Amino acid sequence: MHGLINRSIQCFLRDTYGNAGWSAISAAAGLGFDNFEPLLIYDTALTERVIAAAAGYLQRPRETVLEDLGTYLVSHPNLEGLRRLLRFGGVSFLDFLNSMEDLPEHGRLGLPDLEVPEFALTDLGEGRFLLHVSQLIDGVGHVTVGLLRAMADDYGALVVLDHVGVEDGREVVSVHLLDHAYAEGRRFELAMPGG
Amino acid sequence: MHIGLTAAGKITSMGPTLAKLIEGPSPIGAAFLKVFAVRRPAGITSMEDLRARAGVRLHVDLRGKGDTFRGLAVPTGDGGMLLNLSFGIRLIDAVRQHALTDADFAATDMAVEMLYLVEVKQAVMTELRRLNLRLQGAKATAEEQALTDTLTGLRNRRALDVSLPALIAQGLPFGLMHIDLDYFKQVNDTLGHAAGDLVLREVAKALVIETRTSDIVARVGGDEFVVLLPGLSDPKRLTQIARRIIERLTQPIDFEGTPCQISASIGLTISTLYDPPDAERMLGDADAALYASKRAGRGQAQFYAVSGDDLLSA
Repeated sequence: MHGLINRSIQCFLRDTYGNAGWSAISAAAGLGFDNFEPLLIYDTALTERVIAAAAGYLQRPRETVLEDLGTYLVSHPNLEGLRRLLRFGGVSFLDFLNSMEDLPEHGRLGLPDLEVPEFALTDLGEGRFLLHVSQLIDGVGHVTVGLLRAMADDYGALVVLDHVGVEDGREVVSVHLLDHAYAEGRRFELAMPGG
Repeated sequence: MHIGLTAAGKITSMGPTLAKLIEGPSPIGAAFLKVFAVRRPAGITSMEDLRARAGVRLHVDLRGKGDTFRGLAVPTGDGGMLLNLSFGIRLIDAVRQHALTDADFAATDMAVEMLYLVEVKQAVMTELRRLNLRLQGAKATAEEQALTDTLTGLRNRRALDVSLPALIAQGLPFGLMHIDLDYFKQVNDTLGHAAGDLVLREVAKALVIETRTSDIVARVGGDEFVVLLPGLSDPKRLTQIARRIIERLTQPIDFEGTPCQISASIGLTISTLYDPPDAERMLGDADAALYASKRAGRGQAQFYAVSGDDLLSA
């Protein structure tokens, strides 16, 4: 698993549960080091151990931890850069949803060895969609639900999201877009602030 | 971003993003060359000039503003011309300066993809820089540890093997001191290793105090030390320093209420005795001088005895 993903999980746990929380989780996972390096590649088993250790330490179901991770990726100020990159997906939540299929390509533009789940979007009509997500890790659909929820907030769209199961090794998320301009949303300037 | 021109060079139409950049009154109907200037190719001052350059890459400035564009002009059926302009490499500045959004670019324009790439590149470069800083720090720490004697914090044998040839290569004169503790074995044998370790740490402190910060003090064996003294080749001064060291090391060191009595024997040599100086030879000669000190009754310092007045040539 790419270090960037491992590092994101580490930052989520550290920013949410403090240094002590991260230390306890990394010790329980038996990492043997303090920090994932974002540009190195790690054995995927390590990622699994960190997620399992986090669920154990927090005494919360794995799905909830993963969904919170997805939300954190978009909404935490420390990851403003990632939010901006995702916002390049389009000017509305619907645009963004349609751009999900390009996400792996967008990721590889920056980091050619980055593994990102493959997304396939099916338009069921009347604002209903199914998103099939390849299982980069077990529970990837829950991360997707958290991430989409936070992106909908960011765009000011009103959506209902559900993890509806696993189909042929892909996790399925249902998206019901009720109102694409429900609230104000957060601003997005094309040019980087202050750069 | 397009501009439509009549045969006479009046602007008939303009893309909304360009119109946004111009601000002020609408340029429709105005003469193109009054609103814009063609910087390259040089000499375009009329519609005839522009027509003659159809299909050639143009560098166009917006008069009175900093904006520059590149593009080309093609003739239209009615004798007019159509210009297609782009920000080119100035895209990022233009987007920032005019607060352009997604909607200001045509759906087919790759401008937004370029902005995306720039941000991705910046993010990756930032991470790379951080990674390099961390690796640099880790490398410095590892190197420091590799050259440090863990018990005393002095330099170790490996450090000496690096420093001595480096000092020779600098070509400046220097003194070399080989120190061996006297009676250290008795301390170890009677009071145990804890006492021995304490004595070694106290000796290290004493050596650091009695030398200058620019000197290199290394523990090269159990109770053996080497001091390199860059810039110091005066036998009198070296002898003084050696005597002070012996004097200090002869003071009893307290180990849990028991005084540990040691002393030191020292062998000295100076780089100026050699032409050219050789690390192995200097260490060997200092060692020989050290054993002469030991044989002469310990607790003293001696210079390597040069036979005759000649330099020791290699």
